[in-house]
Amino acid sequence: MKDLKNELKLEFLSKSANESFARVAIAAFASQLDPTIEEISDIKTSVSEAVTNCIIHAYPNSEGWVKIHSKLYENEIEIEISDTGEGIENIDEAREPLYTTKGNLERSGMGFTIMESFMDSLKVESIVGLGTKVTMSKKIRKG
Amino acid sequence: MKVNHYIKEKILEIELTEEIDHHSSEKIRLRIDYEIQRFSPKKVIIDLSKVKFMDSAGIGLIIGRYKVALSYGGTLEVRNVSGKLKKILEMSGIHKIINIKTVA
Ligand SMILES: Nc1ncnc2c1ncn2[C@@H]1O[C@H](COP(=O)(O)OP(=O)(O)OP(=O)(O)O)[C@@H](O)[C@H]1O
Ligand SMILES: [Mg+2]
Repeated sequence: MKDLKNELKLEFLSKSANESFARVAIAAFASQLDPTIEEISDIKTSVSEAVTNCIIHAYPNSEGWVKIHSKLYENEIEIEISDTGEGIENIDEAREPLYTTKGNLERSGMGFTIMESFMDSLKVESIVGLGTKVTMSKKIRKG
Repeated sequence: MKVNHYIKEKILEIELTEEIDHHSSEKIRLRIDYEIQRFSPKKVIIDLSKVKFMDSAGIGLIIGRYKVALSYGGTLEVRNVSGKLKKILEMSGIHKIINIKTVA
């Protein structure tokens, strides 16, 4: 059993102004594990990607709630980011590099690829019409 | 954001100072496109030395400005790209079409 050290729940409206708020808040929470600057930067970028996805893709024409649930273990952080928006039809396809349904909005389709490469694990669950949950984790100071 | 026009050389230099995400990129995009349209530069330089944060919105922003610069008869160069920004840009493969100059 992993030893749970701390836990956080955060909920906010899907406004783009909250993107920086969310990544800074989670970075501050993660700092309790004394991560390196690079680890903090990887976490910030990944949170920004997942939160932005909720704002752009889950609630394209309306506002909804974005939830973050994060857990700190001895040397690992787990971050769950979820919405109750449109959902993803084909998750495998969505996770492919350069795949985007919003090319017209200058999206590049690299969000999931960035999360995957900056974190140690990435799980995507989604049901069309109900919403999406992204769970990622990263080992801190594993060296 | 700092904007410099070098009239004689027809160079437009944009020094970005803000964090680049979905929220900020809209405003940045409008401003750069406005400058390109009014100036038709031969070369657009986007300097990233002061950018402390960038996510995938930066990739879309740069590809988009590359296309606009091209449509006004110019080229685009991205300058002073440091470690973590470089990682993100190279992941997307845009360094194969756009001139990206890195710093250590
Ligand atoms: N929370 C979500 N709700 C609904 N669809 C999503 C969600 N997250 C991702 N998607 C779908 O998965 C696709 C790929 O997401 P990804 O983040 O990799 O790229 P993008 O957001 O389109 O572009 P980028 O992140 O590079 O700006 C999206 O285009 C969208 O169709
Ligand atoms: Mg995305």
